Amino acid sequence: MSDEEVEIKEKVRALLKGIGSKRENLIPILQKIQEELGYLPPDAMLEVARFLNIPEIDVYSVATFYNQFRLTPPGKHSIRVCMGTACHVKGGHITLAAWQRRLKIGVGETSPDREFDLDTVACVGCCAMAPVTVVDKKVQAKADPTRVDGILLSYQLQKEQEEKEKN
Amino acid sequence: MKFEEIKKQAQSRWRKIWNDQTPVILVGTATCGRAAGALEVLQAIKDTVKKQNLNCHIYEVGCMGHCYAEPLVILRKPGFPSICYGHVNPVLAENLINHFILNDDPCLEFVLGALEENDLIPSFFDFPRSKYEKRILLKNCGHINPEEIEHYIANGGYESLSKALQMKPEEIVSEVKRSKLRGLGGAGFPAGEKWDVCRHSEGEPKYLICNGDEGDPGAFMDRAILESDPHSVLEGMVIAGYAIGARHGYIYVRAEYPLAVQRVQNAIHQAEEYKFLGENILGSNFNFDIKLFQGSGAFVCGEATALIASIEGKPGMPRHRPPRVAVQGLFGKPTVLNNVKTLAYVPHIIKNGADWFLQTGTEKSKGTAVFALAGKVVNTGLVEVPMGTTLRQLIFQVGGGITKGKRFKAVQIGGPSGGCLPESALDLPIDFDSLQESGAMMGSGGMVVLDEDDCMVEVARYFLDFTQKESCGKCTLCRLGTKQMLDILEDITKGRGKMEDLETLQELAEDIKAGSLCGLGRTAPNPVLTTLQYFREEYEVHIKEGRCPALMCQTLIAYYILPEKCARGCDACVGTCTVEAISTDKKRRIKVIDQEKCVKCNTCVAACPPQYDAVIKLSPPDRVPRFKITSSGAENNVSKSS
Repeated sequence: MSDEEVEIKEKVRALLKGIGSKRENLIPILQKIQEELGYLPPDAMLEVARFLNIPEIDVYSVATFYNQFRLTPPGKHSIRVCMGTACHVKGGHITLAAWQRRLKIGVGETSPDREFDLDTVACVGCCAMAPVTVVDKKVQAKADPTRVDGILLSYQLQKEQEEKEKN
Repeated sequence: MKFEEIKKQAQSRWRKIWNDQTPVILVGTATCGRAAGALEVLQAIKDTVKKQNLNCHIYEVGCMGHCYAEPLVILRKPGFPSICYGHVNPVLAENLINHFILNDDPCLEFVLGALEENDLIPSFFDFPRSKYEKRILLKNCGHINPEEIEHYIANGGYESLSKALQMKPEEIVSEVKRSKLRGLGGAGFPAGEKWDVCRHSEGEPKYLICNGDEGDPGAFMDRAILESDPHSVLEGMVIAGYAIGARHGYIYVRAEYPLAVQRVQNAIHQAEEYKFLGENILGSNFNFDIKLFQGSGAFVCGEATALIASIEGKPGMPRHRPPRVAVQGLFGKPTVLNNVKTLAYVPHIIKNGADWFLQTGTEKSKGTAVFALAGKVVNTGLVEVPMGTTLRQLIFQVGGGITKGKRFKAVQIGGPSGGCLPESALDLPIDFDSLQESGAMMGSGGMVVLDEDDCMVEVARYFLDFTQKESCGKCTLCRLGTKQMLDILEDITKGRGKMEDLETLQELAEDIKAGSLCGLGRTAPNPVLTTLQYFREEYEVHIKEGRCPALMCQTLIAYYILPEKCARGCDACVGTCTVEAISTDKKRRIKVIDQEKCVKCNTCVAACPPQYDAVIKLSPPDRVPRFKITSSGAENNVSKSS
């Protein structure tokens, strides 16, 4: 077992403390793990199956059924483009294309430098502000392609600033 | 402490806030407000107040319904009416405090409206929408701090619970039955009847579930209520739980609504502290607890049996009914599942009686309905109107009409289960039955207005894309049929459609409706059926001419800069183009779009100053003149009304 695997297992065990081992806790447990680790690593799912005493396939089927769960590590910043109706008629798909073009990755992927991951979300209920993109939990209103460039630029500047401070 | 004492204390504190000589500042920080920058405004207000060493009450409130003008701030200063300001930014917020709170200048140019009628400024009552609005469920939204239980109590909250606990459970059920309250989640099933069946079903413990899995894209009513007035939903749940004899309650909220999750969780803790939840509620021998469950992003979980499966820790797949959920639901026990708004109505009905409720609405649909107005409408936001209000009144009077002076084309109502209704249907009264007859459905209340720039085929394709991805895969017709329909629609929007495709779509739609177990499959074809019924010619133009009349389908359009309109010295489009596809033709001093590079992102249209308005869209794309071969004469053939 690699160090990483050991670490994941330990983290999961710590998270499971105080939670009942009933099947109905499966989704809340997976949500908790994802909150902590950013995704659901295979070892974490195995650990959960053991803890709840259910077949491993049951954990996997739940993890893959729901849109919320991801099985690969996220980037440092998460980009969620809203695909709701109001966003769509105001050009949500154009915004998504702009993110894909700028980050050079597809939906569900992470950029090679691990800075960003890109995904869609069905609707965040900010329809009056359409089109929106959720960047690191903050809803960005009226996110058209120009705004996409602006958001990316602000992250780039922030990164440069951080590096300057480091040196 | 007895309820009367709690209430007295809360009311005296509430009165103190408002009757005090201290100014009150309310900032709307629901998700919509936050998206527009409400938290930055709040911070600016706090900083300014500190800097000026002022004594002010500052509260966060929920959604005021005027989403088009977010961020919203309400200032209340003794001697003035309460004034609501729209489009506030941190600089304006600072100025408002310096000018209005410190000096007596209310900055009239930034006022949206006053909350009370007065001689100084127009109030919200003077807005055309106030004639149609009737706020019952939204009464507290935007006025109280959703994180303070005392604000809710001071405004009459938990009074109904206290009254209900003095009644017999069957009295409550019969009162709700008599009120004809119907499920506001969309299906419109009579709530009282559900309760009655559950109450008389065998099995312990019984469960009550509040369905806040508002998955319809384009809907945000439940989110706004949960974020702005969570206690009203909790109170309704406790009363319903008492009426049906439930011991446990679940409130199912989408994980995509993090703020709603946080505020509901906070509300549950407060309600427990005040003994509105837990054991021996308000000194009675009724025990009831509420757990928050976060939905993990599956549209199908809006369906009762799928939602129950997901609480049980399984993939959210629906099951056959009967047995009905009220007989055999969560963990196999009798369960009632109601929408957020249905439950939020319960305290009002208990407090005012069924007869009061029966006064509003139409013959078969009573009460009010909450709508989320979005899309190409001027006043986007949240509105509550009596059932029976027409679509025209809602869109043109309350919503203020279509943006940018464009022409109304259709209204999409009911989300992926609903349909697109044209101009001719605008005088339909909004209630459960009329909308169903027209091919759409009320759904939970999402309403997206579409104008002449929206392609109906593309909108139908969009919804099929959604339902196809969200189909759980249990029923073959839903799983494969929606995929086939989507493929056909994609072909049509890309100019590869055939006339016989339209017949195939119609047949597939009927088959999917007949062969699916749950509401998702049974209603998935609705957007296609309604657009085929009302906008068939648009489909035909796509197929026969390879042209998109609304200029929306990306494959079928191209962008073009009209040489005669382009201001030669202006460079607005060149700088904003996200892919550097626009350059200046040196010889003729005009801007040219490189069609190979263009990604059709619409940025140049937005960037071109309105006085030039030189960028247009053409369909089919081969109508764009080629520069090297055409003379200026050919360019003149290009008209804007393609």
